[in-house]
Amino acid sequence: MTPPAIETTDLCIGYRLSGGHQKIISQSLDLQLRTSEVTCLLGLNGAGKSTLLRTLCGFQPPLGGSIRLMDKPVTDYSQTGLSLTIGVVLTEKTNAGGITVYDLVSLGRHPYTGFFGQLRKQDRQIIEESLEAAGISPKAHNRIAELSDGERQKAMIAKALAQQCPVIILDEPTAFLDVTGRIETMALLRKLASEQQKAILLSTHDLDLAIQTADCLWLQQQDRPMTCGTPEDLILNGAFELFFQKKNIVFDPSTGKLNTESPTLPVGVEGDFLTSYWVGNALIRNGYRPSPIQKEYTNINCLSPHQLIITHPDGTTREACSVQSLLRLFRTNQQVSQV
Amino acid sequence: MNNPLFYTSLSILLLILFTVSLTYGAVPIPIDQTIDILLGKETDREAWRSIILQARLPQAVTALFAGASLAVSGLLLQTLFRNPLAGPSILGISDGANLGVAIVMLYLGGSLRQLTGQAVSNYMAVILAAFAGACLILGIIIYFSSKVKNNAMLLIIGIMVGYLASSVISILNYYAAADKVRTFVLWGLGNFSGVSAAQLPYFILFSLAGLLFAALLIKPLNALLLGELYAANLGIRIKRTRAFILVCTGLLTAITTAFCGPVSFIGLAVPHIARLMSGSSNHKVLVPVTMLTGSCIALLCNILMIVPGTNLILPLNAVTPFLGAPVIIYVIVNRKNIRHFE
Repeated sequence: MTPPAIETTDLCIGYRLSGGHQKIISQSLDLQLRTSEVTCLLGLNGAGKSTLLRTLCGFQPPLGGSIRLMDKPVTDYSQTGLSLTIGVVLTEKTNAGGITVYDLVSLGRHPYTGFFGQLRKQDRQIIEESLEAAGISPKAHNRIAELSDGERQKAMIAKALAQQCPVIILDEPTAFLDVTGRIETMALLRKLASEQQKAILLSTHDLDLAIQTADCLWLQQQDRPMTCGTPEDLILNGAFELFFQKKNIVFDPSTGKLNTESPTLPVGVEGDFLTSYWVGNALIRNGYRPSPIQKEYTNINCLSPHQLIITHPDGTTREACSVQSLLRLFRTNQQVSQV
Repeated sequence: MNNPLFYTSLSILLLILFTVSLTYGAVPIPIDQTIDILLGKETDREAWRSIILQARLPQAVTALFAGASLAVSGLLLQTLFRNPLAGPSILGISDGANLGVAIVMLYLGGSLRQLTGQAVSNYMAVILAAFAGACLILGIIIYFSSKVKNNAMLLIIGIMVGYLASSVISILNYYAAADKVRTFVLWGLGNFSGVSAAQLPYFILFSLAGLLFAALLIKPLNALLLGELYAANLGIRIKRTRAFILVCTGLLTAITTAFCGPVSFIGLAVPHIARLMSGSSNHKVLVPVTMLTGSCIALLCNILMIVPGTNLILPLNAVTPFLGAPVIIYVIVNRKNIRHFE
């Protein structure tokens, strides 16, 4: 097995304050970032995601422990060496509105070009390929200011590609994007990981998308050890529930979603897959827990989106013609039972 | 935009303005005579020869280099501070140079006008004082730039530091001898005619060094458009680059200020004119275009200083705001469409 792209041993991150003091954000980090994988770093605000990313990128020194980059201690790298190994996409505000996408991506060739940054034929070819791979070549000659947020993110990813680094680190690349932009960006990163064998690490708040697309998740919390693993493993072994343990917030392992309070009453749901999925969604929102059919529950048989049969434990049945009328029936029924 | 036609037309414009600067004035001199004089041929009137060679040619060449120097130092500061309103005069750098010159002129007996070629050390003192003053203010700005992340606030600090320098200059003025104050005030109005034919080679040499220095910074300047972290990730050594940019700006501003006085608005406005004309903020285009445009604007100011049909000459700093201020207002009003600083 190939060694990890980044491996940390007993890493301690944080800030050096004046007077020799240290502010430790996180310690005892033993992390492995593997090539050809997308790894998502999840954590609430203040958990120290940015500090970790900045430390791994070499923007700030670690307080302790060691980082190995491509099987070599990171301290052996020169600044140019680092720029050839890790490409970054940041949330930093840029002033690049007045240059073209092509100009921006050609900045990625900086570590390779000479004193005046003159592009050779080979550089131009790599820029073209990067634009193509990031799916932004149709806009190559547009100015950055003319792009949408999603296109700007693609241009930045293309810049990182032109750098030809084995590792790409992205700080919240989906933060300001609309839903299609988020999905496109994540799909692009997956493609780059598998097709170009990149090791990709990104921080995100987008839980759904991370579970859907990441090969590996790093769950970072204040004052607790980092939990790492495949999303499904982390859901099944309860790491997620522990991770999001907070007043009134519950992670539901059966849906992979965060809810404001724990669903209490189980309701049996069966029938047409798509209809029962969305009926389940409506039930969760209203404080019920969709479950397999059982005699002592209220059960819903979803025959079609317009034919939903409710069977109460006492054997009485009602029929609803839409999810809305189903919910209305549920509410009146609840009021009756409370009386 | 890398259109050769664009550079050619800009160069032709520069040539026209340069020629007009030589021929037009209180004493109009025909263009064919001007060319003859420049080529060293005989001319109808000997007086014309001395007007051209001793006054107008040094003045036009000074405007050419001073314009390019100020404009390029404005561009460097705007990129470094990531602020469209940065410029040598706004950030107080000109005031720093002023202060240095004031100390030398008012108290150490240095002056540019009365000097001949023999007193090189004397006007070197003025240049060095201007450079030291400019660097002092730059140092203060750099110090605060690490404390204050907000660029608008940093700009205000620059303005405040400029006020402080001006206030010290006022105090120096108040206690200085009257004749020296007059020389200093005249110098402060700005003028491209302050460089004598004997001093010109030095002025050209220093300016060229600064302009060449700026041209060498094109690659890191482009990386800085993305911000310092991105630039560092592209292998740019940030601290060194910052220092280079600031020394380069200090050098260019100091030389120009020492010889021409504190010239306002060219450094602030010309980079915007260059961006609007070229439609790009890529420094590969912007640095040469800013230099050419700066020279053009300075020569234009030099021409506009002459009140037609009279012997009157307006102070340079009375003319530059008429060209500079509208540009800045235009850029601010249309910033949603221009968006170079996004």
